[in-house]
Amino acid sequence: MFSTAAVLVLIAVLIVLYRAVKGPRIYDRVLAVNVMGTKTVVLLALIGFIYNRPHFLDIALVYALINFIATIAILKYKETGSLQ
Amino acid sequence: MIDLVMLFLLVVCALVAIHIKDLLGSAVLLSAYSLIMAVVWTRLNAVDVAFTEASVGAGITTVLLIAAISRTARGEELMPRARHVLPGFVIIVVTAAVLIWGTLDMPDFADPNAPANLHVAPRYIEHSAEETGVINMVTAVLASYRGYDTLGETTVIFTAGLGVILLLRGRKR
Repeated sequence: MFSTAAVLVLIAVLIVLYRAVKGPRIYDRVLAVNVMGTKTVVLLALIGFIYNRPHFLDIALVYALINFIATIAILKYKETGSLQ
Repeated sequence: MIDLVMLFLLVVCALVAIHIKDLLGSAVLLSAYSLIMAVVWTRLNAVDVAFTEASVGAGITTVLLIAAISRTARGEELMPRARHVLPGFVIIVVTAAVLIWGTLDMPDFADPNAPANLHVAPRYIEHSAEETGVINMVTAVLASYRGYDTLGETTVIFTAGLGVILLLRGRKR
């Protein structure tokens, strides 16, 4: 069951990757990578259960915490033209 | 199966990041690359490496790249197409073939009889707790057996951080 879920999440990542590759605007790419990060969190949790290492759940939580840093930096750069 | 799909995603991210001319888009795609790479590390049971990859690769490196872009230019200058492609192509193919040929003799992944697993690893596994007083084996190797090595690495990273801070702060363009 977990494997099926992991495959489905990977398919979702593939679909999102198409948007990240295709663009055309930077916002499409940012959004795509953000969604990919969310999918990564789910995938990590699933991998933890597939390989009988449920404490991978903690790693997934940390990923969720640091997922948005790049997004914030990019959007701030787009809005103000610098990072200051 | 999962591994193959993730490696495919990695290759696609890397190729597209090289190919597109918008440097901001390249930075974003490299961040996606790091996220997928972190899953691969986790899959290989290298959880600490995965942590580093996610925080440094997807977090800090992206921010630093954007800081660099905000101080230079966002577009990439169009270079004239190289004329002599063939010699470079031949060199790359030959080098790749030699490298792949060299990996054929390597032991299988996670082979317990591989030379790397027979040299000092048994001693670390059996005696690290009593010799160093550290319970975690990885920490014992990094902080005790290879303490000077780690000190040197920390110095390198500290110096690099100083350089980046000196380059990025103050002085608007």
